[in-house]
Amino acid sequence: MKGRNATRSIYYIIAYFFAAISLYPILLMIYSSFKTNAELFKNPLSIPKSFSLETYQKLLDQIPFFTYFWNSVIVSSVSVTCILLFGSLAAFYIARYTFWWNNLLFFFFLLGMMIPIKLGIVPLFMLMKDLSLINSLWSLIFIYTATGIPLSILILTGFFRTMPVELEEAARMDGATDIKVFWHVLLPIMRPALGTVMIINFIQSWNDFFFPLIFITDEMKKTIPVGMLSLFGEYSADWGSLFAGLTLSSLPMIVLFFIASKQFMEGLTAGAVK
Amino acid sequence: MQLETKPNVQTGTKQKKDWKKWVIHLFPIPALAIYVLFIIYPLFAAFTYSLFDWQGIKRGAFIGIENFISLFTKQPFNDMFWNAFQNNILYFVLEMIVQNGIAFVLAYIIYKKVKGAEFFKIAYFLPRLLSVIIVGFLWKLILNPNFGALNVFLNKIGLESWAKPWLGDPDTALIAIILVNSWFGLGFAVLIFLAGLQGIPTNLIEAARLDGAKGLTLICKIILPLMAPAITIITVLTFIHAFEAFELVYAMEGSMGEPYYSTDTLAVYFYRLAFGGSGGASSVAIGLGSALAVVLFTIIATISAVFLYILRKREVEM
Repeated sequence: MKGRNATRSIYYIIAYFFAAISLYPILLMIYSSFKTNAELFKNPLSIPKSFSLETYQKLLDQIPFFTYFWNSVIVSSVSVTCILLFGSLAAFYIARYTFWWNNLLFFFFLLGMMIPIKLGIVPLFMLMKDLSLINSLWSLIFIYTATGIPLSILILTGFFRTMPVELEEAARMDGATDIKVFWHVLLPIMRPALGTVMIINFIQSWNDFFFPLIFITDEMKKTIPVGMLSLFGEYSADWGSLFAGLTLSSLPMIVLFFIASKQFMEGLTAGAVK
Repeated sequence: MQLETKPNVQTGTKQKKDWKKWVIHLFPIPALAIYVLFIIYPLFAAFTYSLFDWQGIKRGAFIGIENFISLFTKQPFNDMFWNAFQNNILYFVLEMIVQNGIAFVLAYIIYKKVKGAEFFKIAYFLPRLLSVIIVGFLWKLILNPNFGALNVFLNKIGLESWAKPWLGDPDTALIAIILVNSWFGLGFAVLIFLAGLQGIPTNLIEAARLDGAKGLTLICKIILPLMAPAITIITVLTFIHAFEAFELVYAMEGSMGEPYYSTDTLAVYFYRLAFGGSGGASSVAIGLGSALAVVLFTIIATISAVFLYILRKREVEM
């Protein structure tokens, strides 16, 4: 029994040690953002002596943070909406009908999950240029929708297939069209799967840095991650603002995570396990 | 069979019926159009780009595989390629050992029903919610040689000699970046391993226990083989991730993979060739960049396919 207790203690020590390593840098980021530069350089580790929002005031004078934030909101919400709508339409078609090409279509979409699309960035850049979408939020909306579609179709098709046929048949007996069956009968009971797809793609589009780095140079069109690049490029000596910027940028996602941590963790791993 | 009676129940005109039948084929069109235009087409185009001579962003003559030959035989392209390739390999190996090794231990601890399992899961997972660029910038501040939290901490506890300019020293820079990446990816790996552990039928473990299997023997002989699918998934994802490594290096060491290309990866090198104009060529080198993209794509696709093939085979055997 004694040996068992010792093992258990070691378990707890390891578990707490790595919890500290995971959490401390984030805590450090948050409390450092309330320090003045002088305090930051003198005592980088200690918690702030006084609570001041001065750094945030300065940050908002330096960069158009709310513009970045608003751009991120637009890009993420529009692309997630497109993914949900287009993805579920296609998944419904693949899962509930038996045209001979359906498996082929399914496989074709799944190929997209294996493709590291960043490697196609040069032709993609030229395509966006031809479509006059450089420096437009639409370039990001299109690429996030496109990259989100394969996994979403995989998840949603799996879910559509588990739906009882009787539901659909009953509706069709009452004269419902394909559109009605899709929109009024099946979609409302798909909420858990739609939630998973929503979370995966929201995190992806909100946090992505690569595509706006290539497509967006206009300061007023930047999303938060590339906005941070400008901040760190121009004000690299002003650590107070830097910490404030990092904190402000990560806060929305951290708050959402605490509201729905279970769904977040299940959603993100669902994508991998499938 | 109820469906067959539908036409008799319904009294709509035949023409209207035909129209309605066609509507369903419109359902996959938006997804298909966006997917083909923005994923499939650019990838095919990248393949064709690699076969042409490029002057800046103007396409020149068809030159076959000359870009590939230059990439592997001409200075400094070949040196840069192998240097970056080695860094990618190190990236993969270290992530497997550090990130996934620790993640397995932590998943096992949570699996053994410690109190506060939910707290631990949330704590490990939290960094995964941050944008990679924010992770990179945050750690750049923490690892700053003079005012960074890490060196200040080492000085405080009397380990002055351990304090280093972590990101400025070619010997430590890449390792530092990989460890930061492990910090970011740890929680995700924990969750995958945990799902794998919880998927093992408990009676199998009980049976092994009764046969006298204990501790490490139990883990190595029984648990690890039964977790093969989870391990394979993590391995494939880590491999893809390691060979796509770009954002963290870019955030912490810039597009030149400083210091002295010690943190350069194939994706960063690719970015330089395609956009940066400092990959050794005088200006952007789209032909070479596309050739590199094709090589990188081939590496990732081949290795992932091999891993997945092994996974499938093992699953059948079990």
